[in-house]
Amino acid sequence: MRINNLGYLLKEGIKGIFTHGFMSFAAVCVTVACLLIVGSFSILVYNVNIMVEQLNQTNEILAYVDESLSEAEAKSVGTKINMLDNVLRADFIAREEALESFIEDHQDEQESFSGLDATDLRHRFRVVLEDNRLIQETDQNIQNIPGVVKTVAEYELAQGFSTIQDVLQIVSMGIIAVLLAVSLLIISNTVKLAMYDRRDEIAIMKMVGATNGFIRLPFVVEGFTLGMLGAALAFGLEWVMYNAMVVKIGEVDALRLFQFVPFDELLIPMIATFAATGLFVGIVGSWTAIRKFMNV
Amino acid sequence: MIEFTDVVKSYREGNDALKGVSMQIEDGEFCFLVGPSGSGKSTIIKLITGELKPTSGTVHVNGYSLERIRRREIPYLRRTVGVVFQDFRLIENMTVYDNVAFAMRVIGAREKEIKERVPYVLELVGLQSKEHRHPGELSGGEQQRLAIARALVNNPSTIIADEPTGNLDPQMSFEIMSLLQEINNLGTTMLVVTHAKDLVERFNKRTIVINNGLIVSDGMEGYHL
Repeated sequence: MRINNLGYLLKEGIKGIFTHGFMSFAAVCVTVACLLIVGSFSILVYNVNIMVEQLNQTNEILAYVDESLSEAEAKSVGTKINMLDNVLRADFIAREEALESFIEDHQDEQESFSGLDATDLRHRFRVVLEDNRLIQETDQNIQNIPGVVKTVAEYELAQGFSTIQDVLQIVSMGIIAVLLAVSLLIISNTVKLAMYDRRDEIAIMKMVGATNGFIRLPFVVEGFTLGMLGAALAFGLEWVMYNAMVVKIGEVDALRLFQFVPFDELLIPMIATFAATGLFVGIVGSWTAIRKFMNV
Repeated sequence: MIEFTDVVKSYREGNDALKGVSMQIEDGEFCFLVGPSGSGKSTIIKLITGELKPTSGTVHVNGYSLERIRRREIPYLRRTVGVVFQDFRLIENMTVYDNVAFAMRVIGAREKEIKERVPYVLELVGLQSKEHRHPGELSGGEQQRLAIARALVNNPSTIIADEPTGNLDPQMSFEIMSLLQEINNLGTTMLVVTHAKDLVERFNKRTIVINNGLIVSDGMEGYHL
């Protein structure tokens, strides 16, 4: 294929968008609507997943250090805990600090604990894990460290959170897959309708001896451009809507609990997903649509 | 050259559209193909343009063997055969010039060639003054001239006109047929499928008569069933 042909084919593809304005408009609108639905749901799932993850991380292991060890010796145990796999961090809590928070938590029963001394308590570490699914194994490893006398870990709670995350992940993946499949079907059907509008043109091209590649390319360029245009518009809308929603939610005190990920963090995956979907539906939609009219 | 040898074409429904057709049309010849509806004329055209393959027998068109032609060779066969239809099949949103240029562009012609060739062909069919008009602004005869220009522009060695005067009044029909004869005089093989008995008699050319899938006469005897 010569360069001047390529230029002609690309130009024809772009021109086709305008000469069949209404069908192009319909194809772009459908792409935008479908991508917005898929995109919004994906972002929602992503945020919920992160919230559950954050809640899960509040589930920690408390590791008590042998009371016979000095504060410096106790702190060195922390270094060993931090070196274990799956440990995000181990925060040291001195026995004095532990006593203060204990008294704070039991203010109503202050009299009962009036004689309590810091030396009655142990130094301890609050251990935050990277993956709470491995809590039991990590807890075991902590217990094996010399100087650690006791640990407290809520295995069942961690298991519960993991199950919630797993279920959420499977359900959301399923819903996204269905939404994506439905979107692809709707978009490629719209592109097909746009192509149906052009069947006479295709028949004439075949009649005068145009090769299939020559017939197909302008339509694929058209599908690609429409797909990308739809993806770009959907992305812009998603961005504006998401930021507006985060601001609105931030204004309501009762909803402060929900910490939404800033859109910037989603920028790259969102661009990639939208562009890939737009590209795929545009090209595949026009390719399969045109095949039907090629057998002339 | 077009050559059919014992061609049988059966459709899936079981009826035979052609039941053993043999004919030969030499390069540069002008030939009418006549016959009643359903006699097999359209099947012959479709076999020549590669839309159909024969069930048995051989079909040779301008150096291509249609019974074993590959799909990707068909566009190149079609560049040697220009087709003109009764319903013109023009693109309404293109100008007269672009309708003709389109046929060159889609086979990858250079813009320079297009600029030289299209005005020449439009002049040949008498539409040089209407190149900026759209098909809807033209009369039936002019639209058929435009369709002929499009069929001609890629310089095919053969033109097949399928009922080219079917939608035209007698005067315009005569003009179109005269134009086809002029083109034939320039060396293009011409196969005209028609029902117009008066034109066949008036132009006095070789006439192949087909009926019920068989050639019943072939010669200068005109249109007699």
